[in-house]
Amino acid sequence: MTIGIVSAAYIAAAVLFILSLGGLSGQESAKRAVWYGIVGMGMAVIATIFGPGVGHWFIIALMLIGGSAMGWYVAKTVEMTEMPQLVAALHSFVGLAAVFIGYNAQIELTRVQGMDEAARQALQGFAAILAHKTPVEVAILKVEVFLGVFIGAVTFTGSVVAFGKLAGKVDGKAKKLPGGHLLNAAAALASLVLLVMFMQGAGIWTLIVMTLLAFFIGYHLIMGIGGADMPVVVSMLNSYSGWAAAAIGFSLGNDLLIVTGALVGSSGAILSYIMCKAMNRSFISVILGGFGGTTGPAMEVEGEQVAIDAAGVADALNDADSIIIVPGYGMAVAQAQNAVSELTSMLRGRGKTVRFAIHPVAGRLPGHMNVLLAEARVPYDIVMEMDEINDDFPETDVVIVIGSNDIVNPAAQDDPNSPIAGMPVLEVWKAKQVFVSKRGQGTGYSGIENPLFYKENTRMFYGDAKKSLEELLHLVRM
Amino acid sequence: MRVKIGAPKEIFEGESRVAMTPESALQLQKLGHECFIEAGAGHSAGFEDTAYTKAGVTVVGSAAELFGAVDFVVKVRPPTEEEVGQLRSDQTLISFFYPAQNKELLEAAQKTGASVIAMDMVPRISRAQKMDALSSMANISGYRAVIEAGNNFGRFFTGQVTAAGKVPPAKVLVVGAGVAGLAAIGASTALGAITYAFDVRPEVAEQIESMGAEFVYLDFEEQQQDGAATGGYAAPSSPEFREAQLKKFRELAPDMDIVITTALIPGRDAPKLWLADMVAAMKRGSVVVDLAAERGGNCDLTVKDEKIVTENGVTVIGYTDFPSKMAAQSSQLYATNIRHMMTDLTPGKDGVVNHNMEDDVIRGATVTHQGAITFPPPPPKVAAIAAAKPKEKPKELTPEEIRAAEKAAFKKATRNQITLLAVGTALLLTVGAFAPASFMAHFVVFVLACFVGFQVIWNVSHSLHTPLMAVTNAVSGIVILGALLQIGSGNWLVVILAALSVLIASINIVGGFLVTRRMLAMFQKS
Repeated sequence: MTIGIVSAAYIAAAVLFILSLGGLSGQESAKRAVWYGIVGMGMAVIATIFGPGVGHWFIIALMLIGGSAMGWYVAKTVEMTEMPQLVAALHSFVGLAAVFIGYNAQIELTRVQGMDEAARQALQGFAAILAHKTPVEVAILKVEVFLGVFIGAVTFTGSVVAFGKLAGKVDGKAKKLPGGHLLNAAAALASLVLLVMFMQGAGIWTLIVMTLLAFFIGYHLIMGIGGADMPVVVSMLNSYSGWAAAAIGFSLGNDLLIVTGALVGSSGAILSYIMCKAMNRSFISVILGGFGGTTGPAMEVEGEQVAIDAAGVADALNDADSIIIVPGYGMAVAQAQNAVSELTSMLRGRGKTVRFAIHPVAGRLPGHMNVLLAEARVPYDIVMEMDEINDDFPETDVVIVIGSNDIVNPAAQDDPNSPIAGMPVLEVWKAKQVFVSKRGQGTGYSGIENPLFYKENTRMFYGDAKKSLEELLHLVRM
Repeated sequence: MRVKIGAPKEIFEGESRVAMTPESALQLQKLGHECFIEAGAGHSAGFEDTAYTKAGVTVVGSAAELFGAVDFVVKVRPPTEEEVGQLRSDQTLISFFYPAQNKELLEAAQKTGASVIAMDMVPRISRAQKMDALSSMANISGYRAVIEAGNNFGRFFTGQVTAAGKVPPAKVLVVGAGVAGLAAIGASTALGAITYAFDVRPEVAEQIESMGAEFVYLDFEEQQQDGAATGGYAAPSSPEFREAQLKKFRELAPDMDIVITTALIPGRDAPKLWLADMVAAMKRGSVVVDLAAERGGNCDLTVKDEKIVTENGVTVIGYTDFPSKMAAQSSQLYATNIRHMMTDLTPGKDGVVNHNMEDDVIRGATVTHQGAITFPPPPPKVAAIAAAKPKEKPKELTPEEIRAAEKAAFKKATRNQITLLAVGTALLLTVGAFAPASFMAHFVVFVLACFVGFQVIWNVSHSLHTPLMAVTNAVSGIVILGALLQIGSGNWLVVILAALSVLIASINIVGGFLVTRRMLAMFQKS
């Protein structure tokens, strides 16, 4: 294939990728849109393989088949509750690949620069592009390589740690080495110094040292962020993996890589922004870990938590006409989504209105709850976003809160001194009756007392969410 | 040792309730207790001895026999002197007692050495709601008051348009929105009447409106006392306030078909709120039900325990035994209250009673214990009801102000955008001034792609954020192109690294797309 055909294929692929992301605006169009992405990717890969300057066909075929088989296996076997881990793991791959490709570019550059003029003319493909670069272009290439490797390395270790935390293999609590963010800042500064040295021709060791420093930054940064901030972290890493691809695209002079990297990068950035806004926190404060300082003593919570048993909840459900279910990470942990779905279809079968209210940061991944409910066969048109449903709570008979805490905390509105003051929350307490399914009398991730649990119209339905719901299901069925 | 609980027959004239039902007996037995009942005690409430026997309750012949056999006597009405005389020092009596009004009875009980738990003294805190017998009885009174009014009212509650003519809906005024008042509001709106309600505590307006009644607002500028300070009950109001209130009632009286008064102030006679002239102003056939008759009545004309008809044909009902008129229902609720009290007294659910005087609820309700009078109790550790916060009215904006605010917001947005564009252009120009043309070509592509990305991603539905992340994962596998371009190199290290990159990037591509497809297939419309 000629350069012209390859370029045409790249343009088509770029357009298809944009269509693929744009199609995700609706559930039905998304099913078509994913095919655009697949076709675009196929075209890009085939055009590149059969394009000029590519060799070692056997290795390529072997690697493609091996990778595809692994990807296929993972995609088939992953549980929907494990999606956050999978996404984090895939990010780490992109980061690692970016590091490798960056190194390759540097190695090739050194090799090409060491050749005589005759040998250079004989080069093909990537090496040929390198051979024809002017000194200024080489300098820019070095910056691009350095940046690509840096971002890739941070993404790699960051994603590995995020994976560990989400999979429960690493303690989910925020942990920092003594020195905290000063260590990160020092490592970043050192990387900058190494960049300058690298530009002045200090050799590949500067690149290696910088990679190690970037590995450390990625590790330490994500270790310092707690479990419930994971939606932000995962979307941030998503963004990084895109920027890494874009940086690689620059160093290779490949426009398709640049376009795709920029698409992915901006997608992740927007997701992070949406998540931060849903927690009313700045991006910086999430990344630096911990909650912002309080401005005064928290409001005293008066009253007490009143418990209720499954029979009481079942009675209330039988009497109710409109029901809203608010799921949170606790539902995913307890694997209660199937019981929730069954309860929903049973109640809907009796002519009751049952809907779901999803807070943007519910779960550990943007949109995590939607996917879990979809897996449990809850129809998506009764699953509402916060803004769609928040005004309906006063007309609702029963709200069931399953495993969420901070996202239904009235202190965010009532108590200006609360650490989560100003965070948009689901106003469940305005409903006639609220049942909170919760494991015990603890506070949420943020460690803030939740006045909802003490409200007069709130009853606590203690116990493991799955067991409680199955018990409830049994009673409602009778 | 199992504790024996027994309920005697109520000997008060006309009292039909009973403190133990077959259902509550079953629950008490689950706590490890043994239950007794005097023969015929549940008869008037509709519970026959056979039903008790079936529930495992021992039926005994006489009250004396019962008092002799049991450790806990449960009753509805306060005991008579005679009944108190039968108590032993190791016995506990649970019943209504009204210790403040019944000083002598209290002393008599103290002399016997028995413990007395007064159901009317259960503190009003959330935890004790399940044993708040005053509330459960008040609820019944409120409901029954409406039924009683309807019984004496010659018309429909609900408005109807029939072939035989149009019927206007009845208008009901409920004074005092405590438990009884709210129950009356509920029953009255359910029957279809237009219901108005009044209370001196402004914080109950919301509750009244939630029951479907209209809150009668007074045009009166005074900081009214918060009901929270008095344990949720109303406090006496100032003379000026009272005047304003009566003026409002006078205004309403000619329109009202049914008036139900439930105003009580703890430890005082009922306030007179529905005066003789208001009754006189009412239409012929109207009904006044006075739920405060026990304490003198809210209406001037109320006669305790009687129904009178005034000269202008208004019926004034002063019955005090509404709960007893619905004995089956009230016995069931009261017996449940008692059962909850026993549950708190039997924390281990093992039939062992622990009369824990440290417990706020038990301490509050106990009026004599181990030969000493323990009334009045110290204030409970937990405040009854959270203090109501003064509500701030959101300031109404005039149209000009709204327009000005919109204009300011628009200006600000414009300024922000222009600043952003200016900074962006300056940055681009700086880069363009130094970088070579080949770089700029790529850079333009990059900036445009970012721009397109931002525009496209904002439209992605929130519910599809997880598939979005999976698809971007797959798409970012595009780094495979870089690896493919490098794999043809002559350097073996480059080949190995590139090959590894191809491997992991293809995991990304295939895994990402497949898992997205899997997820999207799960989203189904109902």
